[in-house]
This record gives sequence, C-alpha cells and structure tokens, in this order.
Amino acid sequence: MSLLQVESVSRHFGSLVAVENVSMSVEVGELRAVIGPNGAGKTTFFNLISGFLTPTSGRIVFGGEDITNLLPARRVWRGISRTFQLTEVFPELSVQQNLRIAVEIAAGYRLRPWLSRREDAAVSIRATDLCNKGGLANVETRLVGELSHGDQRATEIMMALALNPRLLLLDEPTAGMGDQETYNITRLIRQLHRDQKLTIVLIEHDMRVVFHLADRIMVLAEGRMLAEGTPREIAANERVQAAYLGQA
Amino acid sequence: MEMSPKRGANILIWAVLLTMPYWINWIGGYTSLGSRVMVLALAAMSLNFLLGFTGVLSFGHAAYFGLGVYGMGLTIKYLVPSTVAGTAVGVVAGAAAAAVIGLLIVRLRGIYFAMATIAFGQVFYFIAYRWNTVTGGDDGLSGWHRQPIDLGFAAWDILGSDRAFYYWVLVCFAGATGIMAALLHSPFGRTLLAIRENERRARFLGIPVDRHIWLSWMISCFFVSLAGTLYALLNNFADPHDLRWDQSGDFVIMAVLGGMRAFWGPLIGAAIFVVLQDYVSSQTQNWMSFIGLFFVLVVVFFPRGVLGILHRPSSR
Ligand SMILES: Nc1ncnc2c1ncn2[C@@H]1O[C@H](COP(=O)(O)OP(=O)(O)O)[C@@H](O)[C@H]1O
Ligand SMILES: [Mg+2]
Repeated sequence: MSLLQVESVSRHFGSLVAVENVSMSVEVGELRAVIGPNGAGKTTFFNLISGFLTPTSGRIVFGGEDITNLLPARRVWRGISRTFQLTEVFPELSVQQNLRIAVEIAAGYRLRPWLSRREDAAVSIRATDLCNKGGLANVETRLVGELSHGDQRATEIMMALALNPRLLLLDEPTAGMGDQETYNITRLIRQLHRDQKLTIVLIEHDMRVVFHLADRIMVLAEGRMLAEGTPREIAANERVQAAYLGQA
Repeated sequence: MEMSPKRGANILIWAVLLTMPYWINWIGGYTSLGSRVMVLALAAMSLNFLLGFTGVLSFGHAAYFGLGVYGMGLTIKYLVPSTVAGTAVGVVAGAAAAAVIGLLIVRLRGIYFAMATIAFGQVFYFIAYRWNTVTGGDDGLSGWHRQPIDLGFAAWDILGSDRAFYYWVLVCFAGATGIMAALLHSPFGRTLLAIRENERRARFLGIPVDRHIWLSWMISCFFVSLAGTLYALLNNFADPHDLRWDQSGDFVIMAVLGGMRAFWGPLIGAAIFVVLQDYVSSQTQNWMSFIGLFFVLVVVFFPRGVLGILHRPSSR
C-alpha cells in the first residue's frame, strides 16, 4: 500500500524550474533515498511534500488524502515529520527541553496550561528515552546551541521522531558530520527502518550511506527525475553514471 | 531540601514587595512610589510575556494599557462608582480591542508587526485626544477618584489609605504574574518559547504559529490593560498620554533595561525607570535624556539587561 503519492509535481521560481513533473510513490515501511547533484531540486521536492512550499502544479496524496494545499502544521498532525538541510533546533533551550516540546505536542498538550504530575512524569520519561536513543544522554541538560554540529543534528532528528510520524523526511542528515557521527546516525536510521518499520524518505550525498540503507533510490537532476529503482539498478544505470555518479 | 537560586530570588522578591510600605519611607521613598513601580512593572512584564517569551515586539501596548486607564475612569465617573466594575470594564475593553487588532496583524513579523501595533495604538490615542466631551481631551479625565472596595464583611479603603491601595495593587500584581509564570512553565508556554527560538522548527513540529502568537498577544494585552486600570486608580486621573506610542516605548525600555529573558527583569527595569524618573525629574526638566543615556549604556554593556548579568540562559 502506498503511503505517499506525489503526482507530477512542479515548482517554478519565476523562470527558474526547480522541480519539473516529478512523481514518486512510497510504500508503507519503505526507505526511499533521493539523490542528485547540488541544485537538482531535492530540498525543494521535500518542501513541497512537507508544505513549506506549494507546488506550481501537480498533486500530493498522503494516506489516501489530498494534502497538496494543506498548511505545514496540518501535515505534521497527519503524520509527516521532517528535518532540514541546515539544522533547525531551539538553540537557547536544553536538549531535554527541545525534546520535551516535541513530546508534548505529540501527546496533544500544545494548548494545555498545566500538566498533572503523572502526565508530566510520562513526558519526562519519553523525552529522556529519546535522548538516550539519540546518543545525547551526556548532553541532556546542555543548551542545544552549545553542542557540536553532530549532536545538534541528532537532537533535530530525535525531535522529528518524538512526533511519532508515519513518514519521516530527512534532508541530508549526515551532512557535515565526522565518520563516527555518520556511523551513529546511519545506524539509528537503519534501526528505525528495520525495527520500527518507519517509512522514511532520505536525501543524502554520502553514497555509502545511500546504498547501505535504501530500498529504492530516486535520482533527480536539474529538477527532473533521471532514474528510479533499487540500489543495484541505479548503480548499473548508465544515464545516472554519466550525469551523476561519474562526477563524484 | 536545598534551595535553588531561582527559588531564593522568588522568596526575596515577594518578601520585598509584601513589606515595602513598612520601610520605603526610611530609604527616602513613599508608598505610592512603590505602587507606581509595581503597576508599571506589571505592564512591562505583560509586554515581556510577548517580547521576551514569544519573541514578538509590540510598540503599541500603551493602547491596551490606556483602554484600561479610560475604562476605569469612565466607568467610575459616568457608570457606577465601583473599582471592581471599573477593573472589569477596563480589562474587557482592552482585551476586546486586542482580540480584533490581533487578528489583523498576527501574520506580520518583526518590524512590520511592531509598526502595525504603533499604527493601531495611535488610533486610540487620537480618539481620547479628540473626543473632548467624554474623555476630557488633552486635559485628561478628572473629577473622579478610586472607590473603596466592598468585601461584604468590610470595606477595603483603598481611597483613604495609600497603604491599603498598595496592597490592592499587590493582589492584582501577584495574581497576574502568578498566572503568567504558571503559563510559561506549561506545555502551552513552551510552545511560545519554541516560536521565539525558531519559528520554522516550531511550525514543522505542528504548532500553528499564528494562532499561538495571537493567544500570547491576548494574554499580554489582557494583563497590560489590568495594569492600566491600576494606573488610573493610582493617579485618580486618565491622561491621553497613557495611550500614546511613547508610553509603549517606556514599557519596552523597562523590559530591555531589566532583562527580557528573565521573568523578573522588567520589574527591575521598572523600578530603575520609576526611581530615576522620580529623582531626576525633581532635579532637571530633562529627565528623559538621562533615562535615554542610561538605557543606551545598559544596552551596550549588558545586552541581556540588568538581570542578564546574573542570569545566564538557563537550561531548566
Ligand atoms: N525559495 C527559493 N527561491 C528561489 N529559488 C529557489 C528557492 N529554493 C530553491 N531555489 C532554487 O531551486 C533550485 C533547486 O534547489 P534545491 O531544491 O535546494 O536543490 P538541492 O537540494 O537538490 O541542492 C536551485 O537552483 C535553487 O537556487
Ligand atoms: Mg538541498
């Protein structure tokens, strides 16, 4: 069953064609990678799915419902959660507080002017749990703005996960990370995919990560879809090699 | 149990406020100066709910403050001689105006939001200024005074005793700041911090940002109009300047001066502002230049305000 169906979406910025006539269908439990050179339109494509931008034309269906023109927050409520290419966190709040905010929203508490002791304790437990899973236990009380790039990114990913999404969109999660951090994040993503059967769409530059994780890969170039298939098919695809892999 | 610094500061502040009328004369002040500090502190803290804890700058809060002032004055003068009724009218008027104007401006951000608040704020100033027959125009609304509060079993003589009035202000101040503090420690309050910290992240966590900013604006304007009702009682007078943009600017100065990231920052800012004003204006006409100079020095050397020196951004 397909969870997300993108039907020939385009997005133009004036005369610039950022995304042109791209379609994609993602199955429940699938891990899909989106690759392509810089400026190919990958982030714009994510922006269309998450509601940061609306498409110039085309349609986006999520869980059987047309979400093409929904506001971002409403897409989040329906289960689409994302991270950004440039980390977006709450820098002057602690890791614990960053996660707590996400956990509280997921629990439907965003308008609550108080919490009972029991609710408060349950939120803390969940936030701490996410902290541990993200490898952030030793920085839990630190301000996120003071953390390393890798830990900030891990915090953002754990916030996105705190929402219990049905679909997780990760925009270059390992960008700018060292080998150890890349390994940790890769392991986390694989675990989410294998153990929790989470549906994930991933933009990634690191080909080791992509070929290690992805069920299927979509290749974008200059806003258009160049190829789509299993990692094996993509690796063997001559057009992809010419246009993209050859450069790297 | 060990006492956290924050808890210690809270106890100290409430101890000072509770006992002030009993020692303020010894240090060269007077009881209604204390009342004035607390009233303006309430206004600045209400503004700071929006500024410091939601990240939204309003330069038009004097409008809602002034609606509180005139709501009180007009009610006592023309409708019923009751402080409680005046409070209700002032607060409802302020909140109603804020609700409508908030809807019109809540999509704006940054300096555009601030300018829109000034523009709408000035409308109320001109109404008060022009509508002579009712508001007294430029002369202000006089010929009325605060009324003792009927508690059923006894009267609270806030008219006859400055000390009694001080405690009426304290009751309102405690209620308002208690509610604001509780909200800031709630899930709703944390969504406001989230918006201040990173609007984009907040939106993509599923916070309907405009709606939450509107709610924060409403809470802020509600309590600033409560402060306005107290200000009217303090002066037994309603002055059109209470509605003007420079009054809004004073609230911003108090918040920034004291430290807008600290809950009690605007209280400290208001105390400095009021005491300087009281002292310097008795020495020279030009007291606003002194405040301005002081403000610039604080902003340059202590960008987080006076309390910001003590108060590093805390993680808890
Ligand atoms: N908001 C925007 N306004 C104008 N041009 C944009 C905007 N967002 C992206 N673009 C342009 O669209 C193209 C695709 O960008 P992007 O989606 O960020 O590519 P990628 O993520 O694949 O590197 C680029 O040429 C970029 O400059
Ligand atoms: Mg990109």
